[in-house]
Amino acid sequence: MKRHKPAIILLILSAILAGLFLFSFILGHYDVPLREVVRILLTGKSEDPRMLAAVSNIRMPRIVMACLVGCSLSAAGASFQSVFQNPMASPDILGASSGACFGAALAILLNRSHAGITLFAFFFSLLSIALVYLIGKASRRNRVVAILLAGMMVSSLFSAGTSYIKLVADPGNQLPAITYWLMGSLSGTRKSDVAFVIWPMLAGLIPLLLLRWRINLLTLTEEEAQTMGVHTGRLRLAVIVCATFLTASAVSVSGMIGWVGLVIPHLCRKLIGNDCRWLFPAVMIFGAVFMLLVDNISRNLLTVEIPIGILTAFIGAPFFIFLMTRRESGI
Amino acid sequence: MMRVEDLCFSYGNRQVLRDVSFSAEKGDFLAVLGPNGVGKSTLFRCVLGILKGYSGSIRVSGQDIRDLSRREMAGLMSYIPQNHGTAFAYSVLDTVLMGTTHELGTFSSPKAEQVKRAREALAQVGIVELEDRKFTELSGGEQQMVMIARALSQQAGLLLMDEPTASLDYGNREKVLTLLRDLTGHGYTVILSTHDPQHALSYSDKVLALKEGKIEAFGKTSEVLTSDLLNKLYGIHAVIIDTPYGKVVTSVRA
Repeated sequence: MKRHKPAIILLILSAILAGLFLFSFILGHYDVPLREVVRILLTGKSEDPRMLAAVSNIRMPRIVMACLVGCSLSAAGASFQSVFQNPMASPDILGASSGACFGAALAILLNRSHAGITLFAFFFSLLSIALVYLIGKASRRNRVVAILLAGMMVSSLFSAGTSYIKLVADPGNQLPAITYWLMGSLSGTRKSDVAFVIWPMLAGLIPLLLLRWRINLLTLTEEEAQTMGVHTGRLRLAVIVCATFLTASAVSVSGMIGWVGLVIPHLCRKLIGNDCRWLFPAVMIFGAVFMLLVDNISRNLLTVEIPIGILTAFIGAPFFIFLMTRRESGI
Repeated sequence: MMRVEDLCFSYGNRQVLRDVSFSAEKGDFLAVLGPNGVGKSTLFRCVLGILKGYSGSIRVSGQDIRDLSRREMAGLMSYIPQNHGTAFAYSVLDTVLMGTTHELGTFSSPKAEQVKRAREALAQVGIVELEDRKFTELSGGEQQMVMIARALSQQAGLLLMDEPTASLDYGNREKVLTLLRDLTGHGYTVILSTHDPQHALSYSDKVLALKEGKIEAFGKTSEVLTSDLLNKLYGIHAVIIDTPYGKVVTSVRA
């Protein structure tokens, strides 16, 4: 019985995700009954064109995006934790988020379109990680420490850049737009956003799932992993690249959403253990559930939408304090 | 089984190993002795294929390790670390399963066959009952047993250990060494470094004594491990006494 426990947990998580996914379509200003939701999802048709528009053009992209972003950020967090053997690592540990924020702010300053902002954010996020990796490689110190230090430096460099852009931006329209973007939100998600971002996300998620057994060995010492036949350097790079793709694509469509990548992996470690064979699928599903839940609150709690980045911190920080102060916590 | 010839290694300008040559046959228990900082760990890191810039040759089962991939090397020799710090807790079974990684495809996870082998390794070491425990919650002695089981699940004939008993209490040291001695009876070759000459006297067939990166003595334990050698290696006065229970070594005040 004990052996099947992780499988049962995964099954329950999947069922929760499926139920929540369906339920999320009912929520919103325009009432759509569950029967109609199911019909639209299955057939793609409805007698009421407004219901069809609400479900398939407005709610569908946003719900799918919430799942994808939650899944990606949590998976990236779990990956960075293993690679750096550090339970406190999160997706923005190497500065991917700062790069994305700078890119988005720059695009808003240059009056780019919605798609332009996403592209800029994605590109600068990858650029920041590439910089971090090159600096880390040029350093003579311990590679892992060098990469972490380089991440902090590059991150603060891009943050300074973002602050400068805020300073010179037009305070009438650009500055609020930048500020709002930085808070993180999924509002206004379009089908085209999903279509753009799903490919880099899959490119990050699938290799991580395939490599997940070996990622366990990265948490051992260098000597142990190498003598067990693992090319630690290559594997570490592969995992960093995947996690970077995930972080960059999530941040570029949703802005700064903190805490998910730290809290969800920790919760899953408690729930299902540290073995990445089970941890990674669990983290991906749980991340989607959490983000969908928070986004539902974000778009329905008040008449004015609350940026999701604020909510995740409001929920994430107290939760983390709870984990820390619990007696048998390992943190 | 293992043949090392004219091994030299330097960190920058500092030469750490000079013309080190030795060999170990199947079933040998080879103890490496020498004071701190003499190059024992460097020697292990070269032999394990972690340090590459050495000169000379290292052969395992007749093959030069320069010609072997990481996977192939993992099939020939396994490494048992001194103390196993880990950021994340794994179950004992999962820890032992990690030893089978070299025989898996890059994108695959252990199958029933590997799980069976891991359980056999646990049985061989005598810790089947620990299977579901968390590694981090075990005592130091138990952890070391798990590390040995992991090395056995790797199915390599050569076991290398850098001071495997340094952090263990008196009883657990003897337990671990007795287990290793038994393994040599099953055809495993054990090479370990130790700070305690008594361990070498009681358990090893051969001794390799290093001083300042060079070989001070190499040969059968009964022939080379003398009080003279210990005095030279460590600069102390040691005596070896014959007792009904075998030879006993102790340091004495000059």
